[in-house]
Amino acid sequence: MWSKKELPSRASGQGQDSPMKDDAFVLRVEDIHKKFGTNEVLKGVSFNVRKGETIVFIGPSGTGKSTLLRCINQLTIPEKGRVWLHDDEVTNSGPKISYFRQKIGMVFQNFYLFDHLTAVRNVEIALLKVKKMDPESARRQALYELEQVGMKGWADHYPAELSGGQAQRVSIARALAMDPEVILFDEPTSALDPELTREVLEVMKKLAKSGMTMLVVSHEMGFAASVANQIIFMENGNIVEQGPPDALLYDPAYVRTRKFVGQFADLTQRKD
Amino acid sequence: MDVTSILAEWTPYLIGGISLTLGLVAIALGIGVALGLPFALVQVYGPRPAKAAISAYAWFFRGLPVLVLLFLFYFGIFPAMGLDLPAFFVGAVVLGLRGAAYQSQIFRGAIQSINEGQMIAALSLGMTRLTAIKSIILPQSLRIALPGWSNEYPEILTDSAICYAIGVAELLTRTSQIVAVTYVTMPIYLCCALIFILLNYAGMRVIHVVEKRVAIPGFGAGAG
Ligand SMILES: Nc1ncnc2c1ncn2[C@@H]1O[C@H](COP(=O)(O)OP(=O)(O)O)[C@@H](O)[C@H]1O
Ligand SMILES: [Mg+2]
Repeated sequence: MWSKKELPSRASGQGQDSPMKDDAFVLRVEDIHKKFGTNEVLKGVSFNVRKGETIVFIGPSGTGKSTLLRCINQLTIPEKGRVWLHDDEVTNSGPKISYFRQKIGMVFQNFYLFDHLTAVRNVEIALLKVKKMDPESARRQALYELEQVGMKGWADHYPAELSGGQAQRVSIARALAMDPEVILFDEPTSALDPELTREVLEVMKKLAKSGMTMLVVSHEMGFAASVANQIIFMENGNIVEQGPPDALLYDPAYVRTRKFVGQFADLTQRKD
Repeated sequence: MDVTSILAEWTPYLIGGISLTLGLVAIALGIGVALGLPFALVQVYGPRPAKAAISAYAWFFRGLPVLVLLFLFYFGIFPAMGLDLPAFFVGAVVLGLRGAAYQSQIFRGAIQSINEGQMIAALSLGMTRLTAIKSIILPQSLRIALPGWSNEYPEILTDSAICYAIGVAELLTRTSQIVAVTYVTMPIYLCCALIFILLNYAGMRVIHVVEKRVAIPGFGAGAG
């Protein structure tokens, strides 16, 4: 059955409904609507994220999870709804979006490393071109970030020379280099074999423990059970149910959640 | 007078022709890249009307025989614009404008072959679209374009001989003049052919060296 999650020390395990001031939230997402043509993909999604929290999004494919993450950093522009990072509005922020995108990192299913650059150049390029850092500091920081994900020894290798797991760890280092407050992970291990999945999840666990705020679309239920502070179940562009892993995975309130989670019972049993 | 001494006598004249031929090629390639690359960027990232304008441009320059283009510009378009340009210049410009039409297609294909995700990743790091194009998209697409683009060199080199028709004193024109004066035909034309082959070979070697130098593991041509 589900292993009990060990609560990271920095998460105080606050109740969902305890009254909090707005500034307790790193990120606030309010009533996001997105259509592609006539296809209504997000139908008014709202949630708040506390500092240091890991939220795992689950739900059938085509439900709008990726679109939701992309609306948060405005890679996709929602028709309606707002996103705040602390007290600053991310939506409708004009050229300031560059700053918000640095503060809201993103990790993709297919890594999207820059194929013409070595691992360390992948990590430092935005430090040079966006943060305008001097080359020595940029290199030093890039190597530090690679070390954080266990990839320092591969600094001079090109993406084509890396395994999927290694490439994904480099892409995490690339996001970390911008000093983000939140990182969005869109199915970071879905393109990986189980073995490689494990090394990426290890890095993500370590990151969560260190206090990083993370939104993770993933169907790694073992990871969700042990790392998430909250799980959000989405279906058809809506949040169906939201709660701590214990409630959402063991005792969901909705039949739809139960049915969806049920599919993963065997997957989660073999974990850890 | 035997063939060797005729050739020796006319060598300086032929060398002058070679330099005009290479001048045509260099200017044409320069114009081709200088226009072809921005055209390609517009075709991929630009607004719809600009895309349409460049498609029309490419259609025009690729749809007409070089000779027709050459006459059209030399006897028609430039004079009508009140420009009295030397034949050499008109030849180089026409070859360049035509090259741009072909090269824009080569560059466009290369840009589009870059996984769209890399642009998204670049934006997600806070890069502007322009920075992403400069730092991420172009370094890759130029490498990918290089093998296809390198065919432009022999294309334009061989096409340059058509400037004979408007009297540019390039290699073929001078060869024909020598033949007319000396009545030696076969050896002189063979010599001209040999020079074209050598120019071709030398240029391709240079491009090959460049390809090797910019090669990246697991990436594009000439790479492992
Ligand atoms: N750029 C796009 N253009 C048109 N339709 C899109 C686009 N991106 C996503 N969609 C559609 O939006 C829906 C939700 O997609 P997505 O957010 O990727 O779902 P999920 O990540 O939950 O699988 C799907 O029907 C998908 O086809
Ligand atoms: Mg998705």
